[in-house]
Amino acid sequence: MAEDKKELSPELKEQLRAEFDRDWRKDLRKALPVKDRMKLGRQKMPEREAGVRNRDFKEVNIGLTPEMAQEEARRCLDCSNPQCITGCPVCIDIPSFVKLVEKGEFLEAAWKLKETNCLPAICGRVCPQESQCEEVCTMRKAGGAPVAIGNLERFAADFERLSGSLRIPPPPPPSGKKAAVIGAGPAGLTVAGDLAKLGHSVTVFEALHESGGVLIYGIPEFRLPKSILKAEVDYLKRLGVEIRTNFVVGLTATIDDLRNEGYEAFFIGSGAGLPNFMKIPGENLVGVYSANEYLTRVNLMRAFAFPDYDTPVFKAKTAAVIGGGNVAMDSVRTAKRLGAERAVIVYRRSRTEMPARTEEIHHAEEEGIEFQLLTTPIRYTGDEQGRLRTMECQKMGLGEPDASGRRRPVPIEGSEYTMEVDLVVCAIGQSPNPLIPQTTPGLKMGKWGNVEVDWATMATSLPGVYAGGDIIRGGATVILAMGDARIAAAQMDRYLRR
Amino acid sequence: MPKILDQRRLVPNLHLLEVHAPDLVRKCRPGQFVIIMPDERGERIPLSIADWDETRGSVTAVFLVVGTSTRKLAALKAGDEVPVFVGPLGRPSEIEAFGTVVLAAGCFGIGALWPAARALKAAGNRVIALIDAKAEHLVYWKDRYQSVCDKVLFSSRDHALASKDFIPRPLEEVLRAEAPVARVISVGCTYLMYACARVTKPLGIKTIVSLNPIMVDGTGMCGACRCTAAGKTKFACVDGPDFDAHQVDWDELFLRRKSYFDDEIRSICHYEETELP
Repeated sequence: MAEDKKELSPELKEQLRAEFDRDWRKDLRKALPVKDRMKLGRQKMPEREAGVRNRDFKEVNIGLTPEMAQEEARRCLDCSNPQCITGCPVCIDIPSFVKLVEKGEFLEAAWKLKETNCLPAICGRVCPQESQCEEVCTMRKAGGAPVAIGNLERFAADFERLSGSLRIPPPPPPSGKKAAVIGAGPAGLTVAGDLAKLGHSVTVFEALHESGGVLIYGIPEFRLPKSILKAEVDYLKRLGVEIRTNFVVGLTATIDDLRNEGYEAFFIGSGAGLPNFMKIPGENLVGVYSANEYLTRVNLMRAFAFPDYDTPVFKAKTAAVIGGGNVAMDSVRTAKRLGAERAVIVYRRSRTEMPARTEEIHHAEEEGIEFQLLTTPIRYTGDEQGRLRTMECQKMGLGEPDASGRRRPVPIEGSEYTMEVDLVVCAIGQSPNPLIPQTTPGLKMGKWGNVEVDWATMATSLPGVYAGGDIIRGGATVILAMGDARIAAAQMDRYLRR
Repeated sequence: MPKILDQRRLVPNLHLLEVHAPDLVRKCRPGQFVIIMPDERGERIPLSIADWDETRGSVTAVFLVVGTSTRKLAALKAGDEVPVFVGPLGRPSEIEAFGTVVLAAGCFGIGALWPAARALKAAGNRVIALIDAKAEHLVYWKDRYQSVCDKVLFSSRDHALASKDFIPRPLEEVLRAEAPVARVISVGCTYLMYACARVTKPLGIKTIVSLNPIMVDGTGMCGACRCTAAGKTKFACVDGPDFDAHQVDWDELFLRRKSYFDDEIRSICHYEETELP
């Protein structure tokens, strides 16, 4: 698998250097000495009160004020060898945009972001910055809190959107080439934006009725408001991207059919289908959901507004969510918002090994989510109607580290206990969607049902066909999918101009 | 948005819906389904494909009016649009020269089995259709079946068409009279398919059913439609909808189909109070 923190290309280094050497950057650096910058404290993201927000779906974080954003941007030392960019899967010129914020040129900051990232308002909200750009921030290495790069990205993108001065770059000369993107999720949208900016005619084929992929069906409104997603998708449409919803590549038309229609390059970003279950007794009882189904009902189908919307979802007194990732946090916080008296995370390892973002775990705790750590369900039982009633659990200890480097959970004999639950959401990951692999002869697959690619180019075994995101990774993050997409788009451009 | 070309009642409670869907029509095969959403606030529900027409660029489904979504569909008129009509989904039915094939259909399944009847005949099979309906006036597409099948038989509860009986006994009689029967395909309500499976199992006749669990996305993403076949959890939308009837865990399917019974009633009441004139 590709490494997250990478060596930057010589061209990019040169570009960054040129930006670094600009007079305004020099002036700004001189205006406030490094030692004074280091004394500034990190601005805390304002958020809605836990006891209020856990009863509705409105966004938790409120966003920095312009004053706070500028104050935060002043904390950036504008290092001569900035590490933050190496931590960013899409290589955003972070110092440039942060310094534009410091200068008060918020629109320019947003446009700088959009040079490399078509979806900054989304990334500013859902990227795990603490393990990417912010992890390698010099401020953090010097023992302080890292610059709040994610919050600044969100601020700049929101500022542009709310200003009404959305800038559409001048249309490039058309290449006359057609590219097909399969799946309007984070990877597909990124490829589409990049290729459109390079002058190609791009069509995105989306199976669902709304664009966004996991951003629309998975990530809840309280973390990523749909209006923001819609604005970023509209931006892509204004770049010339065509999006065809309700089109299942593989079934409505195969990749070969699309080739016959004149598409020359393809990007498979069909994401993770097939939710994983634990294969324990009682998992098909009524009341046991996959996280995908639970979140899709609530987010895409708006079951929180049932019966005004027709799709129902179970409301629980006690909801247990199995897993420790971001999807588990989204699910458990959703259950709480839908009125659960107890909403519980059941995770087989300890807090340290939880893959969820620190911020999400923290928010969940504030909102009254319970954590039953080092615990795994071993069986569910139901009533005569097949409805879930209880969950039998077993406590776990931690053994030696496994292949993932995390300590392996080991069942503790005799530690079983039973709790009453009326909703279980299984958030233990998913396998790649099988539709494209099943219907695309010659496409080489890996052993987990993932599409195999050359990690340097994202090329699959078929000429002109590239892939990225969960269809190759099996279940990763929005930004890793977007990182794959940027590599693929550059290669597709070369392929189309061959 | 996909446009409705025709929507009408075939017989009481069973309606035909023809949708302009030129993208879909090229790929339709017997046994596949579509997902439709009647309006922006609607549910995504699966409907079996009952026919398609390349010249009109249309796909047709037959549905039973039962809940809010299907009532909304039954209120559509030609020229109306629906936000979602996507497919063709699921794996197509196996169509080969099997020998003698008996089709056991009821309810919306009479429509859903029609493409298979046509294709099986074209593949060289002896095709016998057994159509179940509560009464003679609830039978539709009799002419279509008679135009391709070697025999069309009926089971009903009103003596008008045949002996007064539900499908199992007439099915058993057909299977004995037409032996050897290579395969039975049954499509209709869950209980009808289950009843057919019970008849064919002791006779050792391979039986295919088209399962109809609750679905949401219909493309393998959500897992709502999981059912158990041969002891393993399957997703009906991508592993099916056709399954070997003798491997299906019917009890689980019955219970899972009733998951939202209370919500469905609430939804209908809400629909009647807020949306009906």
